[in-house]
Amino acid sequence: MADTAHAHADDHHYTATGIDNRKLAIWTFIGSECMFFASLIGTYLVYKGRDVSGPMPHSTWLLKGVEQEQMLEIPLVTFGTALLLFSSFFVVLALNGAQRGNRKQLLGWLCATIFCGMFFVGMQVFEFTHFAHRGMGYTTNLFSSTFYTLTGFHGTHVTIGLIWLLSVLAVALRGKLPPEKSLNLEMAALYWHFVDVVWIVIFPVVYLIR
Amino acid sequence: MSHPTGRRLAHWAPALTLAALVLLVAACSPDQYPQTTLRPRADYARDADAIFRLTLGWATVVFVLVEGALLFALYRFRNRPGAADPVQSHGNTTLEIVWTIIPAFILAMIAVPTVRTIFKTATKPGPEALQVEVIGHQWWWEFRYPQLGITTAGELMVPSGRTVNLEMTTGDVLHSFWLPQFAGKRDVFPNRYNNLWFKAEVEGNFPAQCVEFCGIQHGRMAYRIVSMKPEAFDAWAANFNQPPRDFSADTAANPLVKQGQALFQAKGCVGCHSLYPALPLIGPNLHHVGSRSHIAAGTLENTDENLAKWIQNPQAWKEGVLMPNLGLKDDEVHALVAYLRANQ
Amino acid sequence: MATTAIEQTPAHSVEATGLWSWITTVDHKRIGILYGATAFLFFLLGGIEALVIRLQLAQPNSTLVSPDTYNQLFTMHGTTMIFLGVMPLSAMYFNFLIPLQLGARDVAFPRLNAFSYWVFLLGGLLINVSWLFGAAPNGGWFGYANLTTKQFSPGMNIDFWTVGLQILGVASLAAAVNFFVTTVNLRAPGMKMMQMPMFVWMSFITQILLLLSFPIITVALVLLMIDRTFGTHFFVPSGGGDPILWQHLFWLFGHPEVYILILPSFGIVSEILPVFSRKPLFGYAAMVFSGVFIAFVGFGVWAHHMFATGMGPFADAFFSLATMIIAIPTGVKIFNWIGTMWGGRIEFKTAMLFAIGFLGMFIMGGLSGVMHASPPADLQQTDTYFIVAHFHYVLFGGAIFALTGGAYYWWPKMFGRMLDESLGKVHFWLMMIGFNLTFFPMHILGLNGMPRRVYTYSEESNFKLLNQLETLGSLILAVSFLVFMYNIWKTWRIKATAPADPWNGATLEWSIPSPPQVFNFPALPQVSTRDALWEMKRAAGGSVPEPQRVSGKGIHMPNPSFYPLVAAIGVTVTLGGFIGGSHLPVHIAGVAILLFGVYSWAFEPA
Repeated sequence: MADTAHAHADDHHYTATGIDNRKLAIWTFIGSECMFFASLIGTYLVYKGRDVSGPMPHSTWLLKGVEQEQMLEIPLVTFGTALLLFSSFFVVLALNGAQRGNRKQLLGWLCATIFCGMFFVGMQVFEFTHFAHRGMGYTTNLFSSTFYTLTGFHGTHVTIGLIWLLSVLAVALRGKLPPEKSLNLEMAALYWHFVDVVWIVIFPVVYLIR
Repeated sequence: MSHPTGRRLAHWAPALTLAALVLLVAACSPDQYPQTTLRPRADYARDADAIFRLTLGWATVVFVLVEGALLFALYRFRNRPGAADPVQSHGNTTLEIVWTIIPAFILAMIAVPTVRTIFKTATKPGPEALQVEVIGHQWWWEFRYPQLGITTAGELMVPSGRTVNLEMTTGDVLHSFWLPQFAGKRDVFPNRYNNLWFKAEVEGNFPAQCVEFCGIQHGRMAYRIVSMKPEAFDAWAANFNQPPRDFSADTAANPLVKQGQALFQAKGCVGCHSLYPALPLIGPNLHHVGSRSHIAAGTLENTDENLAKWIQNPQAWKEGVLMPNLGLKDDEVHALVAYLRANQ
Repeated sequence: MATTAIEQTPAHSVEATGLWSWITTVDHKRIGILYGATAFLFFLLGGIEALVIRLQLAQPNSTLVSPDTYNQLFTMHGTTMIFLGVMPLSAMYFNFLIPLQLGARDVAFPRLNAFSYWVFLLGGLLINVSWLFGAAPNGGWFGYANLTTKQFSPGMNIDFWTVGLQILGVASLAAAVNFFVTTVNLRAPGMKMMQMPMFVWMSFITQILLLLSFPIITVALVLLMIDRTFGTHFFVPSGGGDPILWQHLFWLFGHPEVYILILPSFGIVSEILPVFSRKPLFGYAAMVFSGVFIAFVGFGVWAHHMFATGMGPFADAFFSLATMIIAIPTGVKIFNWIGTMWGGRIEFKTAMLFAIGFLGMFIMGGLSGVMHASPPADLQQTDTYFIVAHFHYVLFGGAIFALTGGAYYWWPKMFGRMLDESLGKVHFWLMMIGFNLTFFPMHILGLNGMPRRVYTYSEESNFKLLNQLETLGSLILAVSFLVFMYNIWKTWRIKATAPADPWNGATLEWSIPSPPQVFNFPALPQVSTRDALWEMKRAAGGSVPEPQRVSGKGIHMPNPSFYPLVAAIGVTVTLGGFIGGSHLPVHIAGVAILLFGVYSWAFEPA
């Protein structure tokens, strides 16, 4: 009995729950990151509407007798959001390809995922520079500071996710991502879904709710 | 144990503890501490004190019972030669339920008066109260009486037997205003007013100090709370807004005082300190500073010697304070002291 | 178990020695020892800071140190003791014990484990390098805005603080992910969660608290750092910022943090008391559930640190009641510990003395805590020495006593040598006397008007006598630590011949040689009960034979690696570039080093 237990427990993949350690680790990390974004979103909400001056997210209105500029370009960001959401679907298809050993499916959908992610980041870069040109710098007012910080941190997380996905793509292109190693893509995909879910919260809170 | 020091220590531990306790009890009497919270002298402080004594009472009871049980267990169940193997019990559900419910009950006995007192002390007084605006600065306190048009610093003058309502804020960083004898404390925040109120039952001059870390001189940001009979307070208030005497035109005035008045202008003191009418400058208002009990934010008794020491070199007493060393000569300092002393 | 991404080499019966083997180690036992030694040194540094504070406060109007130096001293004392003392000392025990108590060969991610140690070391060094610049953090360990904004703290002091704590946060988070996964996934076959040793349970809850609370202070620190570096107004009132936001964010982290500090000690004491009472822990399930309850409700009491801020009566009442509720499960634990000893056969070994001392002192600290749960009373007590007394009773009388007891208890397992029992008893009594003499009078001083964080006090205040008693007490405490260090030095010189199980332990770490071989267990144990080793002894007729060292042939252990250290340097340099303003070249260099470290780590030969 002890021998089989020894052999079983010493199997490099033994886990008490049956979930791979690395997958569990990503979930745990994601849980922690949720608190990080919750705190940033909380800060944004606490300071929402408390500006003493400067550009506002939504419709123009008078503050201290001066008409305030409206900043957010909702149609463009909505499109970027949709692409980001689709990219989560695409990475699922890529993962499916990896797990079934279908190289074309894996590579094709992984590229689609990365493309969507790059568009999203590009859209944000465009948005930030556009705002800067219109006079909304980092320190202009509370809205500008909280907006850039919250969406900036999210964008950084998307960028890190893209670097990760590109690394997995490089490995896959060299043929080093067989089904037994699909967990490497699955971990990146989990992180990618998380980044997406955070945006699903940020987008309404920042862009849609007045 | 075989180590002689260990044995000696354990042997002397009870006696040492007793000696320490005696010393502590001697040091316990609140009356020797002018800033004590244990001698409430106003309604607000009495309410707080009542809650304190309630919690202290329960804490003492629990302490005696629980530490007693611990010490008893250590004695009764210590290993002795020939002792049997203990029963390998894993718990006792009834007991665990009992000792969950009893603490809950005790806490309820504390919670109910607590909530009642919270709401009572949160109820602001009515229009009959004396209004005082308290403003914290690095590292001194400013007091304004909007109903009386008075601005002063360093000493909070209040009438006994009448409710005083404090609306408190800060001009820079967080501070905390504390009246240990009369009310608790409240932190002060920029762009916001916090409230405390109290009705002093006695007269006297009481020390207090800032209780929220506010930078390099937090330790010497003190003030005095001066409670006086209502008639005396009214006299003080009525007299306050007499403009300061102008000694320059007065031929009978002490020449030192005249020189001091001239220096007060020439050396730039007026740039930070106003007399009357009060201006919102960097430094404390100095109208009637000659008769204040303390200077340098309540940290020095207002004697000529201390005033001279302070003016000569404020940085030596309060390093980092915003008042610079002006490099004054001794005779200039004496002149200024005489002038300020004349401003009673 | 170990991942497939790294090469496995056969374990040897003789471990590698030399500096390089320690720099590249991924062995949880060695990492634990590194944590412990480093933390102990930082603890001594924090103790010296405390001694200087006590010497300054021994006389009214003392000029032993300048006001700014004093403010740096008390800030660094608090920051050091919490983040560089108690937390990493607890991490020493997490590292050494969790795999052993679970019956595993190592943690789930051995290189991530090494990474957290190196980040801790570098973060601790960075924050202390500030002393060399004469710019040690001086805003209090809690760094309240808006004092800590650039306007009122123009120097680099607060930059060292925000950057240092963020680096340390990375270490804590990495370790928390590691121990969370290890506890969930690497338990020996058959060991259910409700059969784990209580130390593992308390540590597990601690990891969850770390994971959920550290991101909050990270956000607070990042926002403060951005205010200071880029001129935003998150905490700057003139731009619409509100300093109270800092307090909410800080204490949302800060309150769970105090449970992070004490829960591992609860676990240690829960291991020691049963062994030296010769009976099992009383009420195992209640201990688990009370721990979970404390952690959960602990996220709902943060504003009891803010009763003086004027939140309004409804907020005050809510947080007061929530805080009182937490006293109930805490009380349950205390009664269960007494219940463990009750009816037992108590052996007063040094480890047991410290565990009992913990209990006695923690009861006092807990009771003073209940006293400030009530806002009307707290408005007199908060920000006075009464609070200083409270938290030293729970953190020193509580955590330090327990951590010290753990040292005496597990020393033979870690180093193969027993610490001297007689010297241990001298250490204990000196510490008890010194501790109480230092901190008990603070209750009296606080109630009689002495505020916190003051670099001096007046003659008229009459605070002198009690302050002098406290300073005397702190000197006695210092001597007690000298006794401890002498004990370590004296016993180090003898050969490592301690038995596997000197105390008749209940848990699996006592079933293997002292110190353990690198692979821990020759064969991973099968477990089906709590107190697994006591059960094995019972099944074997009362005792098991002394375990022999074996060759370990056929057991694969993870390769050592240099890249965790490289990645740690990358993190430190990247964040360090924010000190005194944002220096882009430094950030870029840091990110480059980090990427190099991470990619090398990820692609180390399979």
